Order: sequence, then C-alpha cells, then structure tokens
Amino acid sequence: MAVMDTTSASTGKAVRSSGAMQKLLAFGGLIVLFIIFSLLSPAFRTFENMQGIVLATAVNGVLALGVTFVIISGGIDLSIGTVMTLSAVVVGLVAGDDKAGFPIYLGVLVGLLTGGFAGAINGTIISRMNVPPFIATLGMMMIARGLSLVLAEVKPIYFNNLPGFRDIMMGSVLGAVVPGMQVPNAVFILFGAALVAAFILAKTVLGRYDVAIGSNEEATRLSGVNVASWKTAIYALCGLFAGLGGVMIASRLNSAQPALGVGYELDAIAAVVIGGTSLSGGEGTILGTIIGAFIISTLTNGLRILNVPQEWQMVVTGVIVILAVYMDIIRRRRQG
Amino acid sequence: MGDVVVLMEGIDKSFPGVHALEDARFELRAGEVHALVGENGAGKSTMMKILSGIYAKDAGSIRYDGAEVNIPNPRAAQHLGISMIHQELNLMPHLTLAQNVFIGREPRERLRFMLDEKEINADTQSLFDSMHLKLNPKVKAADLTVAKQQMVEIAKALSFNSKVLIMDEPTAALTETEIEELFRIIRQLREKGVGIVYISHRLEELKQISDRITVMRDGHYVDTVDAATIEIDRIISMMVGRTIFESTPELPEKPPVEVVLEARGLNRGAAIRDVSFNLKKGEILGFAGLMGAGRTEVARAIFGADPIDSGEVLIHGKPVHIKSPNDAVNNGIGYLSEDRKRYGLALGMDVESNVVLASFKKFLGAIGIVNKSKTHDTAEHYVQALSIRTPSVQQRVKNLSGGNQQKVVIGKWLTADTEILIFDEPTRGIDVGAKSEIYRLLNDLAQEGKSIIMISSELPEVLRMSHRIVVMCEGRITGELLAGEATQESIMKLATQRSGIVADIPAAGNGQNGGTSKAVEGKQV
Repeated sequence: MAVMDTTSASTGKAVRSSGAMQKLLAFGGLIVLFIIFSLLSPAFRTFENMQGIVLATAVNGVLALGVTFVIISGGIDLSIGTVMTLSAVVVGLVAGDDKAGFPIYLGVLVGLLTGGFAGAINGTIISRMNVPPFIATLGMMMIARGLSLVLAEVKPIYFNNLPGFRDIMMGSVLGAVVPGMQVPNAVFILFGAALVAAFILAKTVLGRYDVAIGSNEEATRLSGVNVASWKTAIYALCGLFAGLGGVMIASRLNSAQPALGVGYELDAIAAVVIGGTSLSGGEGTILGTIIGAFIISTLTNGLRILNVPQEWQMVVTGVIVILAVYMDIIRRRRQG
Repeated sequence: MGDVVVLMEGIDKSFPGVHALEDARFELRAGEVHALVGENGAGKSTMMKILSGIYAKDAGSIRYDGAEVNIPNPRAAQHLGISMIHQELNLMPHLTLAQNVFIGREPRERLRFMLDEKEINADTQSLFDSMHLKLNPKVKAADLTVAKQQMVEIAKALSFNSKVLIMDEPTAALTETEIEELFRIIRQLREKGVGIVYISHRLEELKQISDRITVMRDGHYVDTVDAATIEIDRIISMMVGRTIFESTPELPEKPPVEVVLEARGLNRGAAIRDVSFNLKKGEILGFAGLMGAGRTEVARAIFGADPIDSGEVLIHGKPVHIKSPNDAVNNGIGYLSEDRKRYGLALGMDVESNVVLASFKKFLGAIGIVNKSKTHDTAEHYVQALSIRTPSVQQRVKNLSGGNQQKVVIGKWLTADTEILIFDEPTRGIDVGAKSEIYRLLNDLAQEGKSIIMISSELPEVLRMSHRIVVMCEGRITGELLAGEATQESIMKLATQRSGIVADIPAAGNGQNGGTSKAVEGKQV
C-alpha cells in the first residue's frame, strides 16, 4: 500500500464513510442518556422537563448549526458566542425599552444582519488577509464582546414594552391551534433552522463548496472555484445563525444581556464534534450536530435534576466530548 | 500527427532568486503524445504551469490554434481547452467522483443556487462510459486507488472538451499493470486528436508512449527529437549535458552469511500475513510487488511505526521488542520513508539540524546543552561524504533538490549509527542524474557493511540494485529470487500470484488493494 499512503498523506486525513456511524453512536448515546435519567428520576420524564430540555437546546443548537458549516470547511469560529450577544444588543438598541423605538420586526432583521455582517468580516479577514481562522475569530470574539458592552452601556436592555417579543421563543403557536399542546415556538425555530441548514448543505452550491474546501482547498481552487468568496459566504452564514441565536436568547430572556455569551461558542463546537463532524474538515452532518446539541442539554438537565452540582456537570460534559472523539478515532483506526 | 495546437516561444520566467525559464520553447501538435523531459529544476513543470494558467509568464508568446493568447488563470486555460493533471492528485476525497468531475461548474436546477445532482451523476456516467471506465460516479474519491483517482482526473479534464492535456509525472505512483491501463487511455485520446504533454522521469516509458520528445535543461530548450529513433542514452546526455554511463553495481564477491535481521511470522490483519525473511550483513534486499502488496506495511511494522498482531523480529539472532520507532532506532534500524517531505525531514530546518535530528543525545554536553561545534563538524562530514550539494550546512532543507534531500535523510540515519537501513522508494521523484548517485551511495553503504532493505516499484531499479529480491502479493511473501535468476517477468509472476481465498477476506480496506483490486472485485461480485 505504499502508494495509498501517499494519497492519504496528501489529503492529510483518513476519509471513510464514518459520519453515519458516528451519528448512530451519538444517537444511541442520547437514547441511553434518556433511559438512564428516566429510570433515576421521575421528574426527568415529565412533559414539562422535556420542554425544558428542548428550550435549553434551542440557542446552543442554532449556534452549532452555523459553526457546523465553518468546521466542515476546515475552519473554526470562536466568535459566535459574543456575536450572538452583539446581535441581541443590537435588537435592543433598535427596538428595546427607552431606545430608538423602531418596530420589533425591524429589530429582529437588523439583529440577524449584525450576525451575518460580523461573520462576513471574519470570512474576509480569513480568506483575503490569510489570517488563520482561530486568530481571526478570537479577535472578533473580543471585538464583539467589547462592542456589546459599549453599545449597551454595560446594562441589560429590556423589552418590557414589547410583550409580543418574548412570544417569539416562549409562546406556542401550536398550543393556540391545538389546545393542550403547549410546545414553545423555540422548538420549531430550532428544527426549522436545522432543516434549512440541512438543505443548504446537501442541495446547494454553497454546501457543495463547503465540503470541497474542507476536503482539499487547493484542489478546489485549481478547479476554478472562487474559494475566497465562498469562504466569506460560509463565515457569513455562520454569523447569520449566530444572529438568529441572538434574537432567540433576547426573546427568551426578554432582555439583551451584554455580559453574556463567552463560553457559548465552546458548547456549540462541542455539540458539533459530538455529532461526528471532523475538525479537520470535509465531513459532517446537520443531524449529527442536532443530536450533539441534545446530548449536551440532556446531560446538563439530567444531572441538575439528580442534584449534581453545576461544577461537576461541566466535568462530565468535558469527559463526554473527549470520549466521543476518542471513540471516533478508535473506529477509524480499526477501519485502517 | 495533426496541426500545431500550441506554440510557446521565447518564454521567460523568474522567481525570486531563480531564473526558471529563459527563452524556452515548446510545440505541441494535435493527436501526438509529446514527452517533456529534463532534470529537476530544468523548468518542465514551470513551462506547463504557464501554459495552464497557474503562473504568468514574464516574456514570450503563446499561440493556440494559430492565434496569440493570454492565459491569466486556470479557468482561462480550461476555457481554451487546456487541462493539466498535477503530480499531487487534485481530488476532493470527501466528494463523490461525479461531484469531483463537475466541481466549480455544476449543473443547476431552475433555482440558480440548487445543484442538479441527477444530471451530475448521469453526465459523469456517460463520460466514464465513453472512456470505457468501470467506475461508479456515486463512490467517494477517497475509496479509490491512486490509479483510479488519476483516471477520474483524466475524465474530469476531458469533460472540458480539452484539446490539450498536460500530465505531470502520471506514472510516478502507478504499478506496471496500472501504467498499461493509463497508456491505453492515452492512446485512445491520441486517436481522438487530443494533444498530450507527458512529463516523466521514467525514460524507459517514453519510447513506449510518446511520439516526440522535447528536452529541457536549466530553464533552456535543448532539442525536440523523434521518439522512435532516439536512444535513451542520448536523451540522458541531452538532459544532463554530459554522458552518464549507467553502470551496474558491483556485487560483493563472497555471498554474505551473517544474518543481521530476521522477521518470523509477522501478521497484522489482512495487510501483513505470515511474513518471514532475513537480511544479511552488507546486503541489499529488494522488496518488489504491486501497489498494496504490503511492502510498506512490513517496513513500518519492523520499524515499530505500526503495531503487529503476532510474530517476532530478531536482530543478530536475539529477539527484540520494537514497539515504537524510538526502539527501532535504539536497535540500529533506520527507515527512509517514500514521502521524504512528510516523514523524513524537518523541511524548515537547516541541513545541520536535520542530520543530527535522530541522534541528538550524542551531541549533548554535561548539562544538556547541544555541542554546536560537534553537530557542525558532523554535518560538514556528511555533506562531504555524501556529496550533498548545498551552499552550507545552514541552508534550509526545503531549498535543496529531491536527490539532495534524500541524501540528507541518509546522513541523518548514518549519524544515528544505524546498521540496518530500510529505503522505501528511494528514488521516487528524483531526476536521472541524482538517481545514479543514490544508487552508488546505496552500493557504497552495503560495501561498508550496512544492511539495506530497498522497497521499490520500479522493476529495473530492483533488478539492478538488489542481491536478493523478496516479492510480495496481498500481504504475503510469494517468493524470493537471487539477483542472477530474477527477471522482470519472474518478479511480475510472483507479484500477481494470488492466494485464491481473496473472497474470504473481509473487504480489505475499501479497495486499497490497488493493482490487485480488479481481481478482488471480480471475486466479490
């Protein structure tokens, strides 16, 4: 296999149809978690708690969806947490209490665009100025955090004069139609966003070039694809999802909290990784990311119900992240 | 041969510090295979990268179909009908073959941003059919052998309706059978009137496949000759500007007796199966076989780079436990990977650092400080002894030619006092002049009592260099030949001697079998 070695060397990674297997493993893991927690605690298996889990997954899940695209392209985005916060603050500035006083839909629109714009700047710095993604988005993470605090004057912005705003997340359109089914809108926003993301990844040019760039960037360039522009688009898309996350968290908290956001990016990246997306690029799935996000929130929720202190919840989550990736590595090694 | 398609004249190109091309010329006719040869650094690749729009020329003219053209980027070249297949394959391993073929110009659905996957697959299938390739467009590129990936690249190039196809070292990674297959495709294209530029270091191939040969040297055009009538020796002397007599090595007169290394019953999955052999002092033991035969796997197992399931390795008759490359080095074994740049050298570091890299401990003073003058002297010694052409030992290795890089790796292992050296494809990507130097060096090392295992896919090289030849097929050793009795035919016979129980093996690693995979597929159906 002398020659095969050269290929895998030139592509830099072993590539097999491993994504499906990892997803299956992750999904199995999620089921096992549900069974264990249900057995250990009656409080876990209530409808209200399930709702709570889904609500807790929503924001992290949407951030994870966006960063999935970036990670598939072989990059990373550390700024999504604070860009989310920045977007929330912008929504507040446009439509919040005692601010500009524009209608809420305008606030939501500008909030989304703020995220997309920050992402586009990330992408431009990375693809045109050749700054490594880790550094570029680390910088943006700090910039967005600083700007959030400056713009909000270090105080939360509330949406008390806009009672409808909170319903974006917490209201229930389904409950209004089908009495008794008080499923919060957050669930539908999450799954809707996931469907859109899955469509983009599988069916559109952007999705195709995302995988191609992550798989072999130079070859993609030599094939005549304008890699710089598409990379910018990928980071902008990720930013757009962060913007959506910002709108969602502002709605859920009924306020824009400018100090929030640091650490959200790592939870999102953890969800993506648990879902089987390779940090070296070229492979990953939306379904995997959603499962990964649910694993993290289920774990947090279940451990809290079992009265495990928050500090220990973090320890467990960290162990799970390492285990998930380690299992993937073992499996690849066996496939050789 | 048809009309002139491409005429490049007076081409000039400089890179910082290097005048790569000076008044170079090249002419290509429709329906010819035109070989472009020259030593590394002669300017062949630069010339073709200018033609395919990757580099911009500083001066000169390119006429295409009689009209002067400007080729600013690869896309422009593709539009003209010029495609280049690069030495490093340029496929996206995670995408399917069809997705690879149509990357950058996918058929879209009515909505402009949506892909028409059906059409991508169907178009690719008919493309493969027209080339008589039995490949499934929906398979991922990663699951293909290098040879098949290359076929996909050719298919991709043809889908642009290319009139000019440039192939840079297309056979470097292929086995004999796969080269036959490639030649079949190339002849097919020539029939259709495609002009093919064929860059290769394997001169013996040129007479088989090419119609005309253009020789370049030091960025200059030397001559264009008719392939049918020219002697290979003549080509070589045009390339190097002097005559090299390819001498056969002098074998030691007395057959060596002392066994230095012995492998007994090595096994690892389907890759290595019951491999036993011995290596004698002062011997060059050739390892021949097709791609995927398991030669590199055996070498890596002995070197401790990969684990084994069972078996043992004895050095000087004593069993040793080699669990890591570090153990191997301590037992006097050095491994020179076929991929020097990736595994053999720290490219960004200078010659001196690379030479002492594997034996740093020897150069440490009392309190762990590196003895600079000692490392310097050692490096100078090997630069002299191995005639490494470098301005100084402080030169960074990445600025050296392939042959000189290989010598630096050899110097590194000699510094580490290794007595057993495993060379994996020692002359891959090295030009003719440097090749014969490497051969001479291997010979000298053997004469000095070093024991050498040489893995090579080039049969003439194995035959010329080895005292004994071990042939592998599908992870087994299928035979052992003495230098006197081995011929290309006898080696190929052993290299294709399959065990007949192939179907019982769990699909051996997604078609990694390379040259053997055709037979495997046949049996699995």
